Amino acid sequence: MGELSLAVEGPSAPPRSNGEIAFDAPWQSRVFGLTAALVEADRLSWADFQHALIVRVGAADATGVDDYWGSWSEALGDCCSTAGLVTAEGWQERTEALAARPAGHDHDHADHSHGEHDHVHH
Amino acid sequence: MTDHDHDHDHDHDLSEATAALRVEAIESLLVEAGLVQPERIDALIARYEIEIGPLNGAKVVAKAWTDPDYRQRLLDNGTEAIAELGFGGAQGEKMVVVPNGEGVHNVVVCTLCSCYPWPVLGLPPAWYKSPEYRARVVREPRAVLAEFETELDDEVEIRVWDSSAEIRYLVLPERPVDTDHLSEAELVGLVHRDAMIGVRLAGVVGERANHG
Repeated sequence: MGELSLAVEGPSAPPRSNGEIAFDAPWQSRVFGLTAALVEADRLSWADFQHALIVRVGAADATGVDDYWGSWSEALGDCCSTAGLVTAEGWQERTEALAARPAGHDHDHADHSHGEHDHVHH
Repeated sequence: MTDHDHDHDHDHDLSEATAALRVEAIESLLVEAGLVQPERIDALIARYEIEIGPLNGAKVVAKAWTDPDYRQRLLDNGTEAIAELGFGGAQGEKMVVVPNGEGVHNVVVCTLCSCYPWPVLGLPPAWYKSPEYRARVVREPRAVLAEFETELDDEVEIRVWDSSAEIRYLVLPERPVDTDHLSEAELVGLVHRDAMIGVRLAGVVGERANHG
């Protein structure tokens, strides 16, 4: 897993230079970085992503849900689907597969590495 | 903020867990397809968290305060003038700088989502993305500014600028009085992020009222 510099929450969360933490949880910064990396690699355009985000945020607003990064994540999925990078079905299947991992799978990264977590696969 | 959502802690935890899984899932698919590298994701997160931030915008503002020619270029073409200082976005959006003064105070919002001048301000604060701010600053800007402890005279006109994917606004705050003796570098320290969004005045740093 990437070495994120932000603690999830609480007093150990490091302050930012401008006084606010932009992310409340590592997955939020992850999906932000993932989007930026896809744009950098010319796999997505920011403009297309922005338009998808507007749609998702608008839908969340309509239901009264304040889930900005969740909307971001879904917008990224929309763009990846449109661009033919990842299908909605494939995304859902992988999510379910990850959810089916045994409890405690994510508490022992320091001890050993699972194949499905091994992001350094070159 | 209210604490009504404490009733939904369980649902919230579940949706958080699902959200984290969905992000992990899409990353793993994209990585396996060779479309993106985890090391680049790490680097970009670090870049936005550490290197790109409101200090960039503060340098732009301080230069505009001390160099009238630069100020004019900044107002004429924000994108180019900001690029003179080496700041520009991968997003390629147009930057428009709106000056405070002469009875006008500017404040920036993105009513549709969270468009924000990232190259000069970094990542947007949580409140900027909240449905509450996005709706209320348009409807009752004076009340919202008051919550940031920004009290403006009644005769000051408040202009609210709605950012979009194509145009990002940056507020050029007024230089605080009695700062003639300060250098450009010293002035940078007076330019807080919130002053460049327009919810505070330059030289004022503080937490938003009633916001945890």
